[in-house]
Amino acid sequence: MTTTALRTAEWRRRLLRRHVLAAAAAMLLRLAAAAGIAALVLLLVVVARDGLDRLSWDFITSYPSRIATRAGIRSALLGSLWVVGLTGLLAVPVGIGAAIYLEEFAPRNWLTRLIETNINNLAGVPSIVYGLLGLALFVRAMDLGRTVLAGALTLSLVVLPIVIVSAREGLRAVPYSIREASLALGATPWQTVWHQVLPAALGPMMTGVILALSRAIGETAPLITVGALLFVPFDPRGPMDSFTVLPIQIFNWISRPQPAFHQAAAAGIIVLLAVLLGMNAVAIALRYWSERRRQW
Amino acid sequence: MVSQEGSRPSVQVPVPRVEREALRPPSQEEAVIEVRGLSAWYGSFRAVKDVDLIVPRRRITAIIGPSGSGKSTFIRCLNRMHELVPGARVEGQVLFEGQDIYAPGVDAVEVRSRIGMVFQKPNPFPKSVFENVAFGLRINGYSGNLREAVERSLRAAALWDEVKDKLGQNALRLSGGQQQRLCIARAIAVEPEVVLMDEPCSALDPIATLKIEDLMRELSQRYTIVIVTHNMQQAARVSDYTAVLMMDEDRAGYLVEFGPTREVFTNPRDPRTEAYITGRIG
Repeated sequence: MTTTALRTAEWRRRLLRRHVLAAAAAMLLRLAAAAGIAALVLLLVVVARDGLDRLSWDFITSYPSRIATRAGIRSALLGSLWVVGLTGLLAVPVGIGAAIYLEEFAPRNWLTRLIETNINNLAGVPSIVYGLLGLALFVRAMDLGRTVLAGALTLSLVVLPIVIVSAREGLRAVPYSIREASLALGATPWQTVWHQVLPAALGPMMTGVILALSRAIGETAPLITVGALLFVPFDPRGPMDSFTVLPIQIFNWISRPQPAFHQAAAAGIIVLLAVLLGMNAVAIALRYWSERRRQW
Repeated sequence: MVSQEGSRPSVQVPVPRVEREALRPPSQEEAVIEVRGLSAWYGSFRAVKDVDLIVPRRRITAIIGPSGSGKSTFIRCLNRMHELVPGARVEGQVLFEGQDIYAPGVDAVEVRSRIGMVFQKPNPFPKSVFENVAFGLRINGYSGNLREAVERSLRAAALWDEVKDKLGQNALRLSGGQQQRLCIARAIAVEPEVVLMDEPCSALDPIATLKIEDLMRELSQRYTIVIVTHNMQQAARVSDYTAVLMMDEDRAGYLVEFGPTREVFTNPRDPRTEAYITGRIG
């Protein structure tokens, strides 16, 4: 080993210390990553232990019941699908429209910046606040009552900022040169957006939309506020029907004293997680598919 | 300083075909585009200052000059692409067939469909080869046979033989040179009168570059071409007329010299032109 002005014996001692520090940092970071996964695994194990036995086709197709062993999740699952489906129909076109306006058409001035800042802030507003707004606006002022539609409108408000922000990110990922190419051929700004920018942005946009909707399916507080029912022994058949959703049904069962209802709750959680993971899987598939197509 | 007795420009100028030999600057009668007192800004920064230029019909006009001399900005003012940058604006006139494209009431969309553009980096749409060429026809409501029109444009861009068996393939899988010829095919599909090319070969290898240059000579039989290039050899090889832009002390580009390419390269009137083409500026 040669010793130079820099690489002295002292330098060599420090080198050892630097390696120790690097190894320690890597270990801490690994622990941090493991903590998240451990929490998820623990959750799944506990829920599976309590609920897996209770989970059956009967559980999914039965209405809730006073008798814990007969209680099923049917009306809550259907209610969740109705509310989230309608939320998607309402929030996705409006959110993507707003994103297109802000990203492609809005003049770069203080008003646009004000709107952008507000949308980002709205994404952080607690959902119970939207629930109170929905109660005052949709249930009472618009007299929609405690219906699927009122719930979906309220959840639309919750997820709208998320849809807008993620749709804008999708649009921003499309290189400016694509817009230039289209405009230089004599396409109008709208033709450019419709035929070139939107198709190229669709994959990442849909990913964001699905993640927003999977947030909607787990929301409880705003729906309790707008008056989702706790006990629904019938199928919601339209936007004007009363409803409950999966998290509310689960909450209801958990708050009962009987252990059999707690089992039903665990089974309900498994159903809810399955729906969520299914939606996330679709989001991942869309992202993969769109990245394979995009090559710039 | 710049002009020394006996120093000869170092760029070899090929002898032009006799029938095309341009001996004097273009006259107003030959103009497709006449630029009058054009200045262009980005916010408060003036990138182009008081340029007057005549772009003659069915000729290739090259715009050369050092980096930052406003070449790209200038060419983007000719089909109203410059104004798409937030804060950008233009002063002066660009007369296209006698009509100022910046006059109130003139539709930028119409201007851009009549004055096409090819960009520095090939930018095909992430769609099939066919759709790339068909897009401009579709949005302009073309009612004829789309397939024939696409083939015609691809042939005109000397690309047909290479892509005729893969029209459905994603254009991004073509080579860089093929992509750029596709962009040229796409531009001429909408039957423009002028094709603007902003350093169309700067991202290409020498062989692909030569193909594009041959294609430009070919296209100049039917189209008026304006090409921005930082490659002086290219300007000398390909163009009929050359304009030289330089940067003044405020970093604004202004026109130093404009005339027949041969004149500009062999007998520049301005000492700054001579300094630039012999490699002492830029």
